[in-house]
Amino acid sequence: MVENRPWLTLFSHVVLIAGVLTVAFPLYVTFVVSTLTLDQVPQVPMTLLPGRSLLQNYAQVLSAGSTRGSAAAVSTMLLNSFIVATAIAVGKIAISITASFAIVYFRFPLRRFFFWAIFVTLMLPVEVRIIPTFKVAADLGLLDSYVGLTLPLIASATATFLFRQFFLTIPEELAEAARIDGAGPLRFFRDVVLPLSSTTIAALFVIQFIYGWNQYLWPLLVTSRESMYTTVIGIKRMIVGGDATNEWPLIMATAVLAMLPPAAVVLLMQKWFVRGLVETEK
Amino acid sequence: MQLKHLAATFVAAMVYAGGAHAQTEILWWHSMGGALGEKVNELVTRFNASQKDYRVVAVYKGSYPESMTAAIAAFRAGSAPNILQVFEVGTATMMAAKGAIVPVTKVMADAREAFDPRAYLPSVAGYYTDLDGNMLSFPFNSSTVMFYVNKDAFKKAGLDPSHAPATWKEFGAAAARLKASGQECVYTTGWPSWMHIENFSAWHNVPIGTRQNGMGGLDTTFSINSPLHVRHLAMLGELAKKGEFTYAGRTNQAEAKFASGECAMLTSSAGAQATIRKAAKFDWSMNFIPYYDDVKGAPQNSIIGGASLWVMAGKKPAEYKGVAKFFAFLSQPEVQMDWHISTGYVPITLAAYELTRKSGFYERNPGADMPVRQLTLHPPTENSKGLRFGNFVQGREVIEEEMEAVFAGKKDAQTALDDAVKRGNEILRRFEAVNR
Amino acid sequence: MEKRTVFRSGWLPYALVAPQIAVTVVFFFWPAAQALWYSFLLQDAFGLSTRFAGLQNFAVLLHDVHYLRSFEVTAVFSLLVAAGGISAALLLAAMADRVVRGALVYRTLLIWPYAVAPAVAGVLWAFLFAPSIGIVTYVLKKAGIDWNWIIKGDQAMLLVVIASVWKQISYNFLFFLAGLQSIPKSLVEAAAIDGAGPARRFWTIVFPLLSPTAFFLLVVNVVYAFFDTFGVIDATTQGGPAGATQILVYKVYYDGVKAADLGGSSAQSVILMVIVTALTVVQFRFVEKRVQY
Repeated sequence: MVENRPWLTLFSHVVLIAGVLTVAFPLYVTFVVSTLTLDQVPQVPMTLLPGRSLLQNYAQVLSAGSTRGSAAAVSTMLLNSFIVATAIAVGKIAISITASFAIVYFRFPLRRFFFWAIFVTLMLPVEVRIIPTFKVAADLGLLDSYVGLTLPLIASATATFLFRQFFLTIPEELAEAARIDGAGPLRFFRDVVLPLSSTTIAALFVIQFIYGWNQYLWPLLVTSRESMYTTVIGIKRMIVGGDATNEWPLIMATAVLAMLPPAAVVLLMQKWFVRGLVETEK
Repeated sequence: MQLKHLAATFVAAMVYAGGAHAQTEILWWHSMGGALGEKVNELVTRFNASQKDYRVVAVYKGSYPESMTAAIAAFRAGSAPNILQVFEVGTATMMAAKGAIVPVTKVMADAREAFDPRAYLPSVAGYYTDLDGNMLSFPFNSSTVMFYVNKDAFKKAGLDPSHAPATWKEFGAAAARLKASGQECVYTTGWPSWMHIENFSAWHNVPIGTRQNGMGGLDTTFSINSPLHVRHLAMLGELAKKGEFTYAGRTNQAEAKFASGECAMLTSSAGAQATIRKAAKFDWSMNFIPYYDDVKGAPQNSIIGGASLWVMAGKKPAEYKGVAKFFAFLSQPEVQMDWHISTGYVPITLAAYELTRKSGFYERNPGADMPVRQLTLHPPTENSKGLRFGNFVQGREVIEEEMEAVFAGKKDAQTALDDAVKRGNEILRRFEAVNR
Repeated sequence: MEKRTVFRSGWLPYALVAPQIAVTVVFFFWPAAQALWYSFLLQDAFGLSTRFAGLQNFAVLLHDVHYLRSFEVTAVFSLLVAAGGISAALLLAAMADRVVRGALVYRTLLIWPYAVAPAVAGVLWAFLFAPSIGIVTYVLKKAGIDWNWIIKGDQAMLLVVIASVWKQISYNFLFFLAGLQSIPKSLVEAAAIDGAGPARRFWTIVFPLLSPTAFFLLVVNVVYAFFDTFGVIDATTQGGPAGATQILVYKVYYDGVKAADLGGSSAQSVILMVIVTALTVVQFRFVEKRVQY
């Protein structure tokens, strides 16, 4: 803010508050529903104030599991989601930072081809090629395993793209200086690029962690043992179409619990996240 | 000699001990979530506890379409489950996949388990039986469509609350009275195609498609643009225009509207009882669905919806024996009665129905036997055994799209049904071409 | 878009690129090629009987009026989602950049939706907008608006656009905010001293410097609108009513996963792939030219 324009500042606050309300409203409703009893839900209009069943609902969901049948369900699923999300995030960052570095900082035959080959993976999401991908995973013996849950999802280009954008903004002088010093590309990578990228890496970790955490269709296909299920599968399992009632308060309670870890990751790493994106623009 | 004897005993002991612990695992993929899933787990636990040779493992594999996709993918990769629960619209697809499934009749016969198809309710088993009388899949969870009325709303409109409209004519009159009495939403429906096209046809003993609704061959075509169908859909369109019919979506979204008291009349699955019972703060009743009394042969019987259990091919022989034993277990009257009472699905055997009746359950819960009574009102004809159309997931969607156009006032009933038939037949021809 | 200073090495770049290429080939190209192959086949769900059908699947698609309508629906939908998501986020980010007090609070509250799984987000919005028990429905009814997206196609489109944009706002907001905070204050101050008002400053200085971010987000948002939104549509309208929200990728998902029609679904995937690739190429060729690094 350069000069002091109180009207503009006021306007900014108004816009922001309106934005927050719109954005946060569904989440607030989710929370409210998770504190109600089942018959309070279809009342028109549904109350917007938190009900009294908060402890009850959450205790039930945590202790009896999201299926109300297998006790270990929620904790196991949370653990699985956590392992999968972390593995995907780490895996993606590792292979894309090296690939992106190669594409930006080297000249070699097939360079453009590799870039487009990697980039084209954005064009066809997993859901659409899911059956052949499943067959490949099955042939490689990856069913019902953490490797099977994570490896096929690492083939994606968002991280490479973002690193590319970032690397392109690294000043030329740094690379030149490295050349003059006689440092090889790997030294340059380790001593210059990597430290500069630290915040971009943090940002990507958040993005990919959430991507991995929120996967549904692939984990559903690739796992048969309920001990390998992830949290999102658990939530969807509670939402039954067809002939039975949805226990909305319990479903929303599970959804809130499932939202907490990724939200925690985002909030805790917020500082790094934003800084990481800031550096992209230098 | 003694050593040999000892060795033989030792080996025999090992084999025996090994045999006692080596349970054959039977993998069952289902789509019963929530409370239904709990009940499934309960059944499975009971079966496992009742014998030592087999252990059924029930896995929730997503919704019906998702678990079917998973099974297809798994089959192609050679790792299919033993049992798969498939919704009724997927019957034709499963049936046509002769190399992927093993008919239940064969599974039971091979395992020498007693199995008499006649012990099953004809309208339930008929859906899943081929024309030679072989039961292809095991009817597990079946329901039918029922007509619910809000008795308090009827009273307010000056209608007799204990007499729900039996014919569509009475229905029209009641709807007008309800609207006049200030009822905002008079009538709504769940599962529009299942109720107003498929069950409508069966209930009036008219065909949905040629070749016995597709059971007789892949070269079937749709017959849902007959004058009777057009008359009915046009009637619904008129009601919509007058504000007496509020469309609520393609699945069971309508049930919440009825349970909350917003809509006074509802046609939807018998399974809605559980929801309504929990949430309704008014007096209500469950009845047979209305019919046109000027149509000869109406009312005939309604057809089922729900899912059945298919046995996948390519598994070990010992596993098939286990599957047969499990199905025999599921067919026991006590087990069926328990499932029927807890879930609201209909009992699949006559013995189970009798047992439930004898237990006084229907006296304590008047109307709980309506679904079965509607399904067995008359012995099914070739128009009311069920249906078997290929790719019917897409087919039903096409029909519902055209119905929606009528409800929104965008198309007239004749054009909509003609289009539905045309588009539906294209889907059937593709299925036929692939599976010839 | 090219670095002046580069390294030359025989084998190193290949080694660096290898892991990603390997994973991409095994888990993307190979299955994608198979999916492509399916589009030329007529087969039953289980793959037991397969017949080569040439371009028949494509011919059927291109003659289907409803499929052709999907193109229109998808174009409208993607435009609304990308434009809506980007502009709303830009506005919020610009405002958040201005305020000093409560900046952290605003930021924290605005990024929550990002943590919600698409499948769950769809359910939440369907719940809010449910024709009878939805809270928003109730408010709209009180305001005299007849909200019934189950019958009215336009309202259904509005619902899925809102739900899709909601999820993306947080993502876009963060990127824009980061971009804004990295613009040297000195530039903006200099312009202010020269007498440029806030709006002028924004459009002539800030926005051009924001262009790499904007470009990245444009590509990502278009891809998101085309592909990742089917979860939202599946949880709410399922392409209805009467095809009003039937976007291309939803039909692919529906036909492949729900209707087990692999041939038709694969043919649609091929067409979809061609479209998005073309769009991306256009974006890279023409839009990136105006981006300043």
